[in-house]
Amino acid sequence: MESEKIPAVDKEIRKWGTKHESLIQVLHGTQESLGYLPEEVLTYIAKKMNVSLSKIYGVVTFYNFFKLTKDAEHVITTCLGTACYVKGGEAILNALCNRLDIKPNEITKDGRFTVRTVRCVGCCGFAPVMVVDGKDIHGKLTPETAIDILEKYM
Amino acid sequence: MKTYRIHALVCAGTQCLAAGGNGFKDALVEELKQHGLTEEVLIVETGCMGSCQLGPRMVVYPEGIMYTRLSPEDAKEIVEEDFLKGRPVTRLLWKQDEKQFLTLHETPFFAKQTRIVLRNCGFINPEDITECIAQGGYESLARCITEMTPKDVIKIIKDSGLRGRGGAGFPTGLKWELANKQISDTKYIICNADEGDPGAYMNRSVLEGDPHSVLEGMAIAGYAVGAQKGFIYIRAEYPLAIKRLEIAIKQARMSGLLGKGILGTNFSFDVELRMGAGAFVCGEETALINSTEGKRGEPRKKPPYPVESGLFGKPTVINNVETLANVSVIIEKGADFFRQFGTDKSPGTKAFSLVGKVNIAGLIEVPLGTPLRTIVFDIGGGIPEGHTFKAAQTGGPSGGVIPAKHLDIPMDYENLPQLGAIMGSGGLIVMDETSCMVDVAKFFLKFTVDESCGKCVPCREGTRQMLNILEKITSGLGTMEDLDLLEKLGNVIKQTSLCGLGQTAPNPVLSTLRHFRDEYIAHVKDKVCPANVCSMKAKK
Ligand SMILES: Cc1cc2nc3c(=O)[nH]c(=O)nc-3n(C[C@H](O)[C@H](O)[C@H](O)COP(=O)(O)O)c2cc1C
Ligand code: FES
Repeated sequence: MESEKIPAVDKEIRKWGTKHESLIQVLHGTQESLGYLPEEVLTYIAKKMNVSLSKIYGVVTFYNFFKLTKDAEHVITTCLGTACYVKGGEAILNALCNRLDIKPNEITKDGRFTVRTVRCVGCCGFAPVMVVDGKDIHGKLTPETAIDILEKYM
Repeated sequence: MKTYRIHALVCAGTQCLAAGGNGFKDALVEELKQHGLTEEVLIVETGCMGSCQLGPRMVVYPEGIMYTRLSPEDAKEIVEEDFLKGRPVTRLLWKQDEKQFLTLHETPFFAKQTRIVLRNCGFINPEDITECIAQGGYESLARCITEMTPKDVIKIIKDSGLRGRGGAGFPTGLKWELANKQISDTKYIICNADEGDPGAYMNRSVLEGDPHSVLEGMAIAGYAVGAQKGFIYIRAEYPLAIKRLEIAIKQARMSGLLGKGILGTNFSFDVELRMGAGAFVCGEETALINSTEGKRGEPRKKPPYPVESGLFGKPTVINNVETLANVSVIIEKGADFFRQFGTDKSPGTKAFSLVGKVNIAGLIEVPLGTPLRTIVFDIGGGIPEGHTFKAAQTGGPSGGVIPAKHLDIPMDYENLPQLGAIMGSGGLIVMDETSCMVDVAKFFLKFTVDESCGKCVPCREGTRQMLNILEKITSGLGTMEDLDLLEKLGNVIKQTSLCGLGQTAPNPVLSTLRHFRDEYIAHVKDKVCPANVCSMKAKK
């Protein structure tokens, strides 16, 4: 495995220990530093924590949060929780996808953008909501303002 | 201790920050410096106060003047007019129905609420344990472990009639008593902070605004049942809540309020965080236990119940965030105090996230049994832009709709099920005539189809079939037999699914069929969507 990935995993294993119940926390920490969970990393975790690779794969694929492939540079998450849905979240999603010419979950050809959906980020008072790169939350959107925000990153 | 002439409470909850609250705070800090007021005015960054739609907001004490929708440009005027000359900046006050409200408690939004769980949210700095202690935080824990036996604690909670706020409404005192009776060297307390209902954020606001109330509740639960270890299982989608909890746990340990030998007694209790990873079913208690053990979050068969065999096979009490946040108040003020609010069978208050088509969306807390009408029209200020109320949805993907003719229904654990709705965890979504009820049912069912863990057949396959039928109906291809089939299938899924997810998944469909059958029939017979939402492919 590429040597630069090992320290990130080791750090998490040191923090959480090798007990099986720590698996999800180790995966979280690793994904946070690497951006995704490449196969070689999972193999390494399997060896270090003495869990079978198939079990790890089972856990990784069960949870929406974990990603096996590298993500786009900018991830735009539109909320389709109930509050956002009744306030037009779908129109926001469609506007963003149209602008980027992709379907939800696809990555643009240049690898720069992807549009995903999420069920509620807990900002329902600001519906409809989108989150850029997991941290910048924008609310009370219209399709137009959503595109304006997107274009700032383009 | 230093004293300040003015305390400015600026919201640092996720929503106000998202609305640009940080920019305002920075501008305010700068203006205070420029005017030499840094020694006179203290800025306190608080959690969410609830009026999220009017954020970013600030409350200025001693008077309690509430400013709304602040932008960085407003800072200068507030400093020069209010802080220096004592003249409120009227253009930034709360306005509703052509009236202006000077202080927060005068607004109809707050005046009709009773805040027990949210008592500190928006009034203290959640990142500073001393502010929480100054409000009486951890006094109840101290009293429990120094003056009361575990049985005394359980008795007060039982007498209070507190019921679980995570959805099912199971009596908390009884749950603790069952766990207390188990004989085991190790027991666990788990706080369920998974908050899976999409469209609800009550728990998030409590964790962000008053994390110590939850830690204290967990420690008291630990003392009552004989557990020394607690876990908080929290959604990964809540980074700010996670950060505030980490700070709170660290500060509580440093103050000797968590850890070994709390307050010099021989009671030890510590709390760790466990992050979820985006799976709705993990809010279900047995799936949550599997996930906390690092496994796939699939539910387990019950019995055995978690109080008998839960985390790592040990007796485990699982309580919701809001349930736990009630505990210290009950210990402090007594069961009778708690019973003053709410109804006989549903005592106390309930937090709701009031969202959707209402004028003032936000986080509210009212006595159980408060009529829906009061919530939507008095607190929420009614429906915006001249639209009319059509229905309110409670209980998320497990719940149902309440139509306009039942607006006077008391919101509690007894009355809601009679309409085919449930209390749920507190998501309350208001819809006007522009929402199509068949589409809403389809929305929820899509959610459960996605989130079904696949372990049992009725839930995995049955919900899929129901969704297919709904898709037929919303594209104008449905038949009247489909409506009966939906009902039949729904009831089978309810009776045969393994866990609560499947057992409640048909509810949104069954409840809309019950209250809005006309609308289904319009899709089927007339091939029209009365709300103009569904793209009906087949025209009559
Ligand atoms: C599918 C499903 C999802 C659930 N999600 C949650 C949740 O997000 N938060 C919660 O507190 N309880 C949730 N529950 C209820 C829990 O299983 C459990 O009853 C609750 O946490 C017990 O705490 P309480 O007695 O304090 O309410 C869910 C149940 C089911 C069946
Ligand atoms: S429904 Fe979108 S933030 Fe809650």
